[in-house]
Amino acid sequence: MDSVTAPRKAGSRLNRWLLHRTAKPLLFVLWSLPVVWLFWAAWNDQLGANPAEALIRSLGDWTLRALVLVLLVTPLRVMAGWPALARLRRMLGLFVFFYASLHLLAYAWFDMGFEWREVLADLAKRPFILVGFLCWVLLLLMAGTSFNRAIRALGAARWRLLHRSVYAVACLAVLHFFWMRSGKNDFAEVGVYAVLLALLLGWRVWERWRPRGQLGR
Amino acid sequence: MIIRSADTGYHHPRSSEITSRSTYLGRREWLQHLALGAGGAALAGWASRDALAAVARPGKLAALVGVSSPLPGASTVEKVTAYEHASTYNNFYEFGTDKSDPVARAKSLKTSPWTVSVEGLVNKPRTYGLEELLKLAPMEERIYRLRCVEGWSMVIPWMGYSLGALIRAAQPLGSAKYVEFVTQADRDTMPGLRSSVLLWPYVEGLRLDEAMHPLTLLAFGMYGEVLPNQNGAPVRLVVPWKYGFKSGKSLVKIRFTDKEPSTAWNIAAPQEYGFFSNVNPDVAHPRWSQATERRIGEEGGLLAKRRKTLMFNGYEPQVGQLYAGMDLRKFF
Repeated sequence: MDSVTAPRKAGSRLNRWLLHRTAKPLLFVLWSLPVVWLFWAAWNDQLGANPAEALIRSLGDWTLRALVLVLLVTPLRVMAGWPALARLRRMLGLFVFFYASLHLLAYAWFDMGFEWREVLADLAKRPFILVGFLCWVLLLLMAGTSFNRAIRALGAARWRLLHRSVYAVACLAVLHFFWMRSGKNDFAEVGVYAVLLALLLGWRVWERWRPRGQLGR
Repeated sequence: MIIRSADTGYHHPRSSEITSRSTYLGRREWLQHLALGAGGAALAGWASRDALAAVARPGKLAALVGVSSPLPGASTVEKVTAYEHASTYNNFYEFGTDKSDPVARAKSLKTSPWTVSVEGLVNKPRTYGLEELLKLAPMEERIYRLRCVEGWSMVIPWMGYSLGALIRAAQPLGSAKYVEFVTQADRDTMPGLRSSVLLWPYVEGLRLDEAMHPLTLLAFGMYGEVLPNQNGAPVRLVVPWKYGFKSGKSLVKIRFTDKEPSTAWNIAAPQEYGFFSNVNPDVAHPRWSQATERRIGEEGGLLAKRRKTLMFNGYEPQVGQLYAGMDLRKFF
């Protein structure tokens, strides 16, 4: 029996730590580090030969990473038994929106020079830009309804439905990345994110449909 | 027998042996006079041989000296891209698809011994050693704009000579209409070959008149030195009015044919990369506009505005007539 209870104990210790008042600020600082580093590097000309490209792409990478992490919350919470993780989910979700917004801003500024007609033409010209933009719109809707009053106003059911669009964002984000890389036929990195996100979404499908014991839940 | 000497360099038995300060300074003054005066005129060329090249040598590789090219259009006065950028931001898929891959991995490329075989529809097929090729024609420095199909550009001082010199030596037959450039594909030294991104070896091609155009450069160096491996050592093509991928790196074979060669990117994505691939702001890539470009190292850094891309990359006066009457949308 010990072999089963030992990891439980370790898990509950971590769960207790996640409830500690420093957990949230610490996670906030950790997820701010990439943007602080990118700003520092841009300011000090440390982004290589094409700083605009490096900045836009890094911000996209960090958006994807934050997205993987936020979708990892529920599986970890259920499988590892760390209910306290739920407390951190909103902040992680807002980080996805934050990095996506910076990604979009950097593109509009450094690639398009804030020329809105160019941006519109680019949206029409390049499907991968359109798909990326659509992701951002969905993230904007979710971020805009992320506070408690919005949840009450929408009602839990509608709110949950709206926030399920994060699954669409996951699929579209991978498509965005795939199309962007298709010019180079280089899909190794895209594959990593695609597999991670497929596992995370697949787990949810399995959780929903798997056969359960007689008791049900 | 050991002959001992008091002269260890530290003992000066007679103070008269010490050069006086005024004499020491006088010698320098004399050298200055020499440099400015008649004697200097003769020596100035030697003293300033590096200064003849428009660009300072980075001091990383062996020097390759050339005179500034007298050819019209061959020496733009635009700000030359920093060597640090030109040698670290490269597309050379044989070493990986990321721009930082070539500089990290191309050390493995073995550039000596190196031969280039000239074959196909010519009177004088021949395999040249690199040393013979280097001596085939006088080395010139040419400062060209380089426009990548991805939408960025650089200004690079190349060392080399017109490919035409080699073509004339080969004496193409009347039936030769195209030139095919085959580049190195060595699985042992080029890790990128394990990927199926493109068909290896990387092959490029030009129409014979394009290949004969004096601006088409057979390049052996850049920034006054031999080519770094990641830039296509030891010998590459530079066609300044076409997108960068037309300028094959690390050439091993030049073949004259009567049929349009199948080129690497054209095979990979024929709807995106045509045989000609001339720089043209009016013909968009199917997935992005080619109207503007980002100049690497532009003043203003991140906030620098993109430049307007020029027809034939600004070489229209020199090469426009090659395409007179052609529909450049059809023959992109």
